[in-house]
Amino acid sequence: MKDNGNGRAKKKVNEVGLSRSDYKGRPTTLCQGCGHNSISSQIMAACYELSIQPENVMKISGIGCSSKSPTYFMSRSHGFNAVHGRMPSIATGASIANRSLKTIGVSGDGDTASIGIGQFIHLMRRNVPMVYIIENNGVYGLTKGQFSATADKGQKLKKLGVNPFMPIDLCMEALIANCGFVARSFAGDPKQVKELLKSALNFTGTAVLDIISPCVTFNNRDESTKSYSWGIEHEYPLHDVTWVPSYDEIEMEIEPGEIVEVTLHNKSRLVLKKLEHNHDTSDRLAAMQLLEETCCAEILATGLIYLNQEQETFQSVENLVDKPLALLQQQDLRPSREALDAVMDDLR
Amino acid sequence: MSKSQAKQREAPSVMESQQPIVNDFTLVVATVNGSGSQTSNLALVRAFFRMGIPVSGKNLFPSNIQGLPTWYTIRVNAKGHTANKLKSDLLVAMNMATFREDLDKLQQGGVCFYDDRLAEPADRPDVVFYPMPIRDLVKEVDPPKQLRDYVSNMAYVGLLAELLEIDIEEIRSSLDTHFGGRERSVALNMKMIDLAASWARENLPKRDPYRVERMPKDEDLLLVDGNTAAALGAIYGGVTVASWYPITPASSLAENLEYYLPHLRSDPETGKATYAVIQAEDELAAIGMAVGAGWVGARAMTSTSGPGISLMSEFAGLAFFAEIPIVVWDVQRMGPSTGLPTRTSQGDVLPVRFLSHGDTRFTMLIPGAPHECFEFGWRAFDLAERFQTPVFVLSDLDLGMNQWVSRPFQYPEEDMDRGKVLTAEELEELGDYSRYRDVDGDGIAPRTIPGTNHPLAAFFTRGTGHDERAVYSEKAEDWDANIERLWRKLENARKLLPAPVLQQMDDAEVGIIAFGSTDPAIVEARQYLSDEGLATDYLRIRAIPFSDSVRDFIQGHQIVYVIEMNTDGQMHKLLQLEWPALATKLVSLTKNNGVPLDTDWTIEAVRNAEDQRHEG
Repeated sequence: MKDNGNGRAKKKVNEVGLSRSDYKGRPTTLCQGCGHNSISSQIMAACYELSIQPENVMKISGIGCSSKSPTYFMSRSHGFNAVHGRMPSIATGASIANRSLKTIGVSGDGDTASIGIGQFIHLMRRNVPMVYIIENNGVYGLTKGQFSATADKGQKLKKLGVNPFMPIDLCMEALIANCGFVARSFAGDPKQVKELLKSALNFTGTAVLDIISPCVTFNNRDESTKSYSWGIEHEYPLHDVTWVPSYDEIEMEIEPGEIVEVTLHNKSRLVLKKLEHNHDTSDRLAAMQLLEETCCAEILATGLIYLNQEQETFQSVENLVDKPLALLQQQDLRPSREALDAVMDDLR
Repeated sequence: MSKSQAKQREAPSVMESQQPIVNDFTLVVATVNGSGSQTSNLALVRAFFRMGIPVSGKNLFPSNIQGLPTWYTIRVNAKGHTANKLKSDLLVAMNMATFREDLDKLQQGGVCFYDDRLAEPADRPDVVFYPMPIRDLVKEVDPPKQLRDYVSNMAYVGLLAELLEIDIEEIRSSLDTHFGGRERSVALNMKMIDLAASWARENLPKRDPYRVERMPKDEDLLLVDGNTAAALGAIYGGVTVASWYPITPASSLAENLEYYLPHLRSDPETGKATYAVIQAEDELAAIGMAVGAGWVGARAMTSTSGPGISLMSEFAGLAFFAEIPIVVWDVQRMGPSTGLPTRTSQGDVLPVRFLSHGDTRFTMLIPGAPHECFEFGWRAFDLAERFQTPVFVLSDLDLGMNQWVSRPFQYPEEDMDRGKVLTAEELEELGDYSRYRDVDGDGIAPRTIPGTNHPLAAFFTRGTGHDERAVYSEKAEDWDANIERLWRKLENARKLLPAPVLQQMDDAEVGIIAFGSTDPAIVEARQYLSDEGLATDYLRIRAIPFSDSVRDFIQGHQIVYVIEMNTDGQMHKLLQLEWPALATKLVSLTKNNGVPLDTDWTIEAVRNAEDQRHEG
């Protein structure tokens, strides 16, 4: 089953015997240059490099341009394009039904920051194990260019004029909701996107990645904080992130005191190489302060903003049997005749 | 107690000569919500039940936690008729605010037990009044302050026990059940009951004809509400993910899952759960979680009522179109809008059948008694997985929350039907797979579940138009082909759904169609109508889409009355839509004011309709 190429030329394969092409999706129908396509590429790369069996991944999304993108990566994974803003509830039900699978949720700012904001918060409150990607471009693309709830205040759009409202900062929302993995990135920084994705895929609870992903058609003017040019000019990486498997030595030339290493529950590690700023990813209040300060200073701070591995996941709270619920059969599920008789005796 | 004794009057002389009325009365307890009368009322209902007397207990309660009036109606009837009655024979008046109104609903010649702090009205000389010195009795029992209300309500239990000849031991055993064997609670309450009974023995000479008598008991029968039965049915159907959001009158269904699951469905060795019950943030999420879990292959359900159904509409449409099995319990209440949240109705028939935008046809099961709530509780999962579609089970507040004497639950003799799910081995053998290809010609295309370890297994589930391979498609021919298959699939479901229940009388040309919790009223009304000379046949619908036997039934009668608790005659409209050629045979009789269907109205409605037909 893992043979993909009819024994043709020896392709480079990963630890589960799959080549990069086994992680492909259908051809994208998004606009050329769309940030979402770049993110899809990094999802495929991260899963390939992590040797994740695609059949063990569930791709779940809501409605919108971003939500279409799961079709464009990993066709060998089951996917579910649900209803607007309600990817979190599908993900909650799906992941509790089979906790042996990895869940990747893809959403946009229209999907998450408006109708989906409630489910987004409650997903994090429950700490449902999954990677929650927001492809954030500040605009409704699929309905042709209306403001989203993350649009900049004062932003101008052709049809709708000026946006008078403050944007919702989804990383701030995640911090408030006690999410244990909060990161921000930029589609124009694919290397960081990939390393953060790898880290998120190895995290045990809800991992939120708010990725600024420019909409080349409706919101890519230089002054927009969701544009490529603005991102390239204003990105301020908090650190250089590298995910390292448990068995690898760290192969970086570093000065002592210049890196912070965090071991994840599965023994793989996150190596954060210090850049200009000294950001403590374990300090929730510092993370909030960082968001507040960088936002006011028109800085796109990217990287891992907050990490907390202490919280119980939804799955462990539910205290489930080892076998996934979805695979339980009649012998596991139907109590005995005697048990029914006993229950009925109590009703007499 | 001198005050109470002083208040006693001479009995109306007419009572002396009356024949005793045994095991046939309706008793209403009028109290204030939150005063703890539920324990007393349940103890009475259970005591009658344990004496072998057919009984029902219906709680007419306000949407309120404390302070508003509430009525509990207990009907005992030796013949087994336990439908709602609008006029009571006996009244226990504990609520000053509604005393007049309650008296007005007491039958001519009825009996009234009243808290002696109320003044006995002079304008009902037909009524036998018994004062209850509740305050004095409480003083004597002297319960802990926080239990005072509960214990004071036991006073009327004791008085009724004495005057109606209820077996005190059955009351004791009922309390024992209620308190789960906690002896101190039982003893405290029994102290009040004994005291009240002995006070009545000494001070209240019997002046009314009503009493109860033990009957030969069918030991198999249960005393239960439909929501408990539904939860147990779901558990025996193997529910693995249940997500819900609190709403009256559906909450107790999920709460019963939480109550029974740890005992019935934990791994005996590890104590770990073979289920997850999730209280969601709202109904949008509740059904979303169920859809997600159903998609992955779990037996997933949610339970709600009308307002929740409205919120679930969009996801229901997705599950219908993407063909994902889930079970949704709709314990109906009065709408539209918040309506009467604590009153019963059958108003969701049409909304559920065509829930969500675009063309939809939802499969519905309609239980008419607790044992059917149990059966449909497990069967709904088999049907949902077989037909890869949401299955709605329509109960209502009366069935779901009130106390019914029920036939025992039948252990499911059929194996679970997990539907068509392909494994990795089967995919390997097939060598090709398309999610929505009708390989068997029955409209049901085999599905795969996430995690199936084969490169062919995956597909992309979507609410958008799709071709056989589940790929996005806007082509008209793909849309047509998909809908044709979907409709054919659902058409095939007809034969596997629970068949209607037919009750016939000799030479009946009049038919009655009804469904759900109205059954006891219809059955009793037919008896009376038959005594008057009107024979009727009765078909109780238990599922939609309808079985062909419904059409045969309509065809086989000159006239068919469709009786239901909604305003527009929703089932009537649905039947007309299904068989337009038979539309003129169907006459709609509806009542929809939140009160369970009562026998007298039903008799009257059919009688009037028949008069009209013969005049017209």
